[in-house]
Amino acid sequence: MSEQAKTPTVSGWTREEMAKRLALDIPNGSYVNLGIGIPELVTKFVPDGHTLVYHTENGLLGMGPSPEEGQGDPELINAGKRRVTANPGSAFFHHADSFSMIRGGHIDLCVLGAMQVSQGGDLANWSTGAPDAIPAVGGAMDLVAGVKSVYVITQHCTKHGEPKLVDSCTYPLTGLGVIDRIYTDLAVIDVSSDGFRLVELCPGIDFEYVQERTGAPLLPIQQ
Amino acid sequence: MINKQIASPSEAVRDVFDGATVMIGGFGEAGSPIELIHALIDQGATGLTVVSNNTGSGEVGLAALLKAGRVSKIICSFPRTANSTVFPELYRSGKTELELVPQGTLAERIRAGGAGIPGFYTPAAVGTPLAEGKESREFDGQEYLLERGLKADFAFIKGQKADTHGNVIYNKTARNFGPIMAMAAKVAIVQVSEVVEPGSIDPEIVVTPGIFMNRVVEVASPVYESELVSAGVSYP
Repeated sequence: MSEQAKTPTVSGWTREEMAKRLALDIPNGSYVNLGIGIPELVTKFVPDGHTLVYHTENGLLGMGPSPEEGQGDPELINAGKRRVTANPGSAFFHHADSFSMIRGGHIDLCVLGAMQVSQGGDLANWSTGAPDAIPAVGGAMDLVAGVKSVYVITQHCTKHGEPKLVDSCTYPLTGLGVIDRIYTDLAVIDVSSDGFRLVELCPGIDFEYVQERTGAPLLPIQQ
Repeated sequence: MINKQIASPSEAVRDVFDGATVMIGGFGEAGSPIELIHALIDQGATGLTVVSNNTGSGEVGLAALLKAGRVSKIICSFPRTANSTVFPELYRSGKTELELVPQGTLAERIRAGGAGIPGFYTPAAVGTPLAEGKESREFDGQEYLLERGLKADFAFIKGQKADTHGNVIYNKTARNFGPIMAMAAKVAIVQVSEVVEPGSIDPEIVVTPGIFMNRVVEVASPVYESELVSAGVSYP
């Protein structure tokens, strides 16, 4: 952490700090698929000297940053349908090849947002199940089923203060037992075979504070 | 002599019949064959089953086809898009049926359909609401779902360049579903910015071999969905 971030505070990590913490854990040279939203911030914090190759499921490996407003090609976009660029060494491919990369276990890491994660690693992130909602799933179910490691980056609680880390998901599932690690504004938490296990606390936050905001038992940092 | 070039989009879609299954390429506006879709709206076929990743935006292209009431069912992975109001209304009123399919499963169903494979097992969607009613089987200790290959009567595709034999190259991420939909349709129709003579495209860089393509139509300056939506265009 930088010197500025050591200022005493009861608030947790910012979105940028969460993304920065996650970026530290990605091995150099990894092939990575980032979901829309907070996951996209990870690209800004990749440690110097590390190169990651970004996959976007609509058919590009080697995705680069978005071009200046009004620039770029309407047919060079990411999965969120925003214009992007293609880095040197990139490749285009069709959708069946793209999901062969995903389902075939060729992508090293996927980072997604979440509505809920259970202590068994189940993920719910595509639907609230509301009867009038238009169901839309995209590639999330394929990603969590096929990518080698799946990380979630999310606020620890909902806007209403309810835990997103729960004993069992109440929203419709995206995948069963698929999440490996969770990065929140309060902590880094592994989904272990025994349930949620603390890996690291945000500075200024203690174990009890996180446990109170988690809907299932939290195991202490493994010594 | 083989010459698959057709003079116009309207001629290329002339025989799409009521009740046909039509695969429509594109991911968002990238690769969306808008001129072919608009020609289909003009042509009038109805009761269609459409296979497409999205449901279009604004009131142009795929969204306009839906708005015109021509689509009775859509097989789709992400029918919710910014600026997409047409499909939500049709869905809520029960006028268009939705078969929601995970995106990778959708792609593989299309690929399998084109490759002569009637079904396959995938790990995607196991344990989720989309697994309901599907046959499952365990391989090496992991559960998989049986999914069926998908075929179509027609496919509408957007490419960058084609020769008159139907060999196609694409533009960047506009490739998306084009190559696999071409394989899965009885009649695959591609609109391209430029039609060239055989020999003009290096065989080493051909993406869709001509055997999968039936009709090639030149649309020299295709419009983009986002430009039409920003301009407030409503088709027709």
